[in-house]
Amino acid sequence: MSDSGSAPTSGRPDVTTQLSRRTALKGLAGVAGLAAAPALVAACSSSKKSSSSSSSSGTSAVAGGNITFGSNYSDAAPKAAFASLCTSATSKTGVKITVNTTDHNTFQNNISSYLQGTPDDLATWFAGYRMQFFAAQGLLTPVDDVWDKIGGTFNDAAKNLSKGIDGKYYFVPLYNYPWVVFYNKSTFSSKGYTVPTTWDQFVTLAKQMKKDNLVPFAFADKDGWPALGTFDIINMRLNGYDYHIKLMKHEVPWTDKGVTAVFNQWAEILPYCQKGATGRIWQDSAKTLENKQAGMMFQGSNQVAANYSKANLSDLDFFVYPVINTQFGTDYMDAPTDGFILPKKAKNQAQAKAVLEYVGTGEAETTFLKTDAWDTGLANGLVAPTYNAIQKKAVSEIAKCKNVAQFMDRDTVPDMATAMIKLIQSFIDNPSASNISSIQKSAEAQAKTIFT
Amino acid sequence: MVSTTEVKNPPAATSRRRRRRVRTLTRRDRIVVALLLGIPLLLDLAFVWFPALATVLLSFTKWTGVGGIHLKACTSKGTLPGLPQPGCIFGVQNYNQAFTVYPDFWPAVRHNAIWLLVFIVFATPLGMLFAVIIDRGIRGSRVYQSLLFLPVMLSLALIGIIWELIYAPNLGLLNTVLGRNGNNNLINWLGDPHLNLWAILVEASWRQAGYVMVLYLAGLKAVDPALREAAIVDGANAWQTFWRVVFPTLRPINIVILVVTVIESLRAFDLVYITSKGNPLRGLELLSVSVTQNIVGETQRIGFGSTLGVVLLVISLVPITAFLFQAFRKEDR
Repeated sequence: MSDSGSAPTSGRPDVTTQLSRRTALKGLAGVAGLAAAPALVAACSSSKKSSSSSSSSGTSAVAGGNITFGSNYSDAAPKAAFASLCTSATSKTGVKITVNTTDHNTFQNNISSYLQGTPDDLATWFAGYRMQFFAAQGLLTPVDDVWDKIGGTFNDAAKNLSKGIDGKYYFVPLYNYPWVVFYNKSTFSSKGYTVPTTWDQFVTLAKQMKKDNLVPFAFADKDGWPALGTFDIINMRLNGYDYHIKLMKHEVPWTDKGVTAVFNQWAEILPYCQKGATGRIWQDSAKTLENKQAGMMFQGSNQVAANYSKANLSDLDFFVYPVINTQFGTDYMDAPTDGFILPKKAKNQAQAKAVLEYVGTGEAETTFLKTDAWDTGLANGLVAPTYNAIQKKAVSEIAKCKNVAQFMDRDTVPDMATAMIKLIQSFIDNPSASNISSIQKSAEAQAKTIFT
Repeated sequence: MVSTTEVKNPPAATSRRRRRRVRTLTRRDRIVVALLLGIPLLLDLAFVWFPALATVLLSFTKWTGVGGIHLKACTSKGTLPGLPQPGCIFGVQNYNQAFTVYPDFWPAVRHNAIWLLVFIVFATPLGMLFAVIIDRGIRGSRVYQSLLFLPVMLSLALIGIIWELIYAPNLGLLNTVLGRNGNNNLINWLGDPHLNLWAILVEASWRQAGYVMVLYLAGLKAVDPALREAAIVDGANAWQTFWRVVFPTLRPINIVILVVTVIESLRAFDLVYITSKGNPLRGLELLSVSVTQNIVGETQRIGFGSTLGVVLLVISLVPITAFLFQAFRKEDR
């Protein structure tokens, strides 16, 4: 995909080589008029030669300038945290930042057209495959020169998450958060529960909670994605990280025995999950936990802890998903990483890179995390002074992992994640053996159309 | 046509020879006619025919919207699994996948049909009933009229959100009133694939009935009261008066309502999209939602989405053709 050999030739804009959506549509109009077919082919063949970077002045020390920053931090709390990050970035780099906030669902759905149209100079995005997918299509600017400066701040795991498939950096991380089992300390102490470390203890605890008239697992999947996390963790516990990533890349078929085992394992605890999950939004199930009607909830701290009121937050605690297969212990978890990308079509690349250099420091992360009580910074050894117990525990639990996955919708092609959302909702409604096998067949059939 | 142009011709033209006068228009008239015909024709071509044709052409390609489309057949390169290749010609593969692999397709067709059926059998007659009752001048008819029309003034997106609060499993109005909001006995209105389409259809009918009511009320007001008086004098009861006298005179408005009903059910989209937050819940698949999901999603499958669009177009053509056929046949008579 990447022919990195082509050097940026002077300051010539690559208008002719970049084939935009608009050009393509014009080409299509040509097809409709049965006229411009050869021109279209010519245009396509030249699109491969797009130069790798249009601005060669990648070094920092750009005094002043303005950039716009496309943000999907549309909820009030992260929006405020992001605003304070931008303010301190401006004071450090002298680059004025205008933030354009979009509702995160809309932002993600429109990312393709956004990056091809007139994107902001920087944008919020997700690490891992979900970034590589767009980098490989030539929609992002590599930021290796930024990483020359900030490389010391991050460990290898964070570095790998920020690299495209071609080995260049395309991403600067800001924070991550763990997917773990949340519970209220007061519930556990008043009923005498202990934190389960094995699957059997986990199931026994769920049974006990049901007897005690608690919903063992608060559970919601109307939004589609929350249940993907349960699939991820059971797969990693049962079959390991490598298997999970191979499955995400469709190097292992969805009809594999390992996948059947995941669904069977999940079916064991499904009777203890909150009923009617497919009609409930996750915020409502987090409320069930906060109201102490439920005993546990498996979801990201970015959701559960963020949704807790300040008064109840001190009662919240978590444990990592219990061991299923001793071969893998608790070596892996989903810890999605969020950060920033530099769109290829950004106009002020030098200023944007200067801001990225600042963002990739522990200081910037500390600023962002001042008002954030659920995420953890990625800089090496960063323990922000504002960390609460949950964040401190999250840092140490993530650090214990041999590998962290990102989340199904970030580790595989977005289309495949969409397909799995539907199929897993069907599993939640009907976890019978026959339905599991038809789910696997449908997943494999759809994967074949998506991965070719 | 000829006679009208004759009238419009300025007096100077009348002194010319008759043959020319009948055939030609003045230069100004010709420009006006060309403009009046040309502009709508251009708009029609640009905004209806071109997109429709482009959709049909795109449905034979595989394209993510990034880069152009190569005019060669797709080959599975397979070097980087899952990463999109440049656009290419995919033949009828998209159709094949839609009919066989894509799990949303057949449910979507079925749900569109159910939607249409419910509108024709339930929502539209309900609206007509409201209109007839209100037209009889019952006490407080203005209040009822406003109340029933209120949902029409709300956007469908807002209606979706209002009803989502009503249907929410633990905290929703309906389950609370029914006493079914516990975690063991709750009714999963929007999540249960056997239930949610009907729950959404209640929302849709709530609005559609008001819409039809207003259209029909306008028609009823225009009926000549003398007709009714004559029917009553002849000894017809209310039932007979409506079905034998009023209903037949409302034929034009009936046709409008039928067309509105068919169009509304084929373009059903907003409520499901809002309720599902983009990714359609099981049981709520609709063709229009599938088209949007594939074309507007994070990775755009423009070729595949266009295929679904073409299927929706073909389905829509059936009632449209039937309607036009009816309308033109009557004109010919």
